[in-house]
Amino acid sequence: MSVSIRGLGHAYAELQTIDRLDLEVPDRTVVGLVGPSGCGKSTLLELICGLLEPSAGTVAVGGAAAAPERLGQCAFMPQRDLLLPWYSALDNAALALRNRGQGKAGARAEAGALFERFGLAGFERARPGELSGGMRQRVAFLRTLVAGKPVLALDEPFAALDAITRAEMQAWLAAALRAEPRTAVLVTHDVEEALYLSDRVAVLSARPARIVAELPSPAPRAADRDAAVTAPEFVAAREQAMAALKAGSQ
Amino acid sequence: MRRWVLPGLLLAALVGAWQIAASTGFLADVLGLEEFLVPSPGEIASSLWESRELLAENAWVTLREILLGLGCALLVGAGFAVLMHLSGLLRDAAYPLIVASQTVPIVVVAPILLVWLGYGIWPKVVVVALICFFPITVNTLAGLGSADPAAVKMMRSLDASRWQVFRRVEAPGALPSFFTGAKIAVVVAPIGAVFGEWVGSSSGLGHLILTDNAQLEVAREFAAVVVLSAMALILIGLVTLVERRVVAWR
Repeated sequence: MSVSIRGLGHAYAELQTIDRLDLEVPDRTVVGLVGPSGCGKSTLLELICGLLEPSAGTVAVGGAAAAPERLGQCAFMPQRDLLLPWYSALDNAALALRNRGQGKAGARAEAGALFERFGLAGFERARPGELSGGMRQRVAFLRTLVAGKPVLALDEPFAALDAITRAEMQAWLAAALRAEPRTAVLVTHDVEEALYLSDRVAVLSARPARIVAELPSPAPRAADRDAAVTAPEFVAAREQAMAALKAGSQ
Repeated sequence: MRRWVLPGLLLAALVGAWQIAASTGFLADVLGLEEFLVPSPGEIASSLWESRELLAENAWVTLREILLGLGCALLVGAGFAVLMHLSGLLRDAAYPLIVASQTVPIVVVAPILLVWLGYGIWPKVVVVALICFFPITVNTLAGLGSADPAAVKMMRSLDASRWQVFRRVEAPGALPSFFTGAKIAVVVAPIGAVFGEWVGSSSGLGHLILTDNAQLEVAREFAAVVVLSAMALILIGLVTLVERRVVAWR
């Protein structure tokens, strides 16, 4: 399912956050969005998901432009894991199923079947407070995937993690997306993360956000992350993205 | 250990000092009173034992007033907080009035309730309920409103209805605040019951304190106060126990 954004504008009262933005995310493609802090990346993501309405232009997800329909197609993964502390890891992962009216046992069985693949086997009954940062993030990602939506909207999913866990989680997400390709929009402030995980990286300007450059990634979701990010083409692409980011920040 | 030992030692030292000062007549001399008006802890303890049946009978009356009033306040207070949370219109209309109502002293209301409801248990129950209603309502409402907006967005993107957001995110998140309100209510409830009895009653610990005061039965008056405090402490303990079970994730 593709995402198509045309002439998008958004403003909070007087504050213009996004201005005349165009972006295409083809089916089963990951597009990374990088930009200066506060440029409206997260707002853009919420617009795509139907959590916000644009003030100008259109956002269409699989051809659907109305906000409730977009919401039905997109799974939103926020910056913090936002696991509900009163539920077990399993019940957190099964939230979308429960919200759709599925019974507790069935929802648990369906979500629980994925725990092994997410490296969470044995932690089904653990409360979020008992999990490490990386595990919490995996439960949050599992919760997003279990929702079964065709489009993933990821808002700095690994921002809260330390550098080592972060690199591990990137490699893990790359593997998950290789195994099961999805249409995804990934917001991050980390150029390297965007280039490694995405097929294409869009560089946004300072507020109001516009796209100042679009760069193809040299090695999207390569199996060997460490080799991929140190390859000369990758380093060159990173420099190019950094230069665009700097130019767009001014 | 420190949590119990230090206050215990301090209490023992204070009671010991009181015992010596009262039993030697020193305290009565300093206060310029007859010795029988300044009972020692030992005398209070023996009064507690000798009048155990009378105290128990009256304690049961007061305890019933407290429990009924508290029960009403918990149901009505929490229920009203939920209604105000779900309806912005109701909240905007009623919340300022609830806050303003606290400027009306319960001292003024209690005699009117006596006129309306007679000498039975109900005016006391209503006084207790009125005193307890405010902390429960205000704390629960604040708790319901403190849900993380990002968590609400996350739930919406997982197809949650308004009711599911309330049931799975807002209500569990409000429980700690609800219990804070309940604990404050438990502390003030005995004050309400005793006050209701002072205005007009034929039994209860407040009534006993009043009649003992008139008959200069000071030791038993103190004994009644000890029973009243013990009741309040047990109630706080029970609420804390329930809180630990219900809010187990903390």
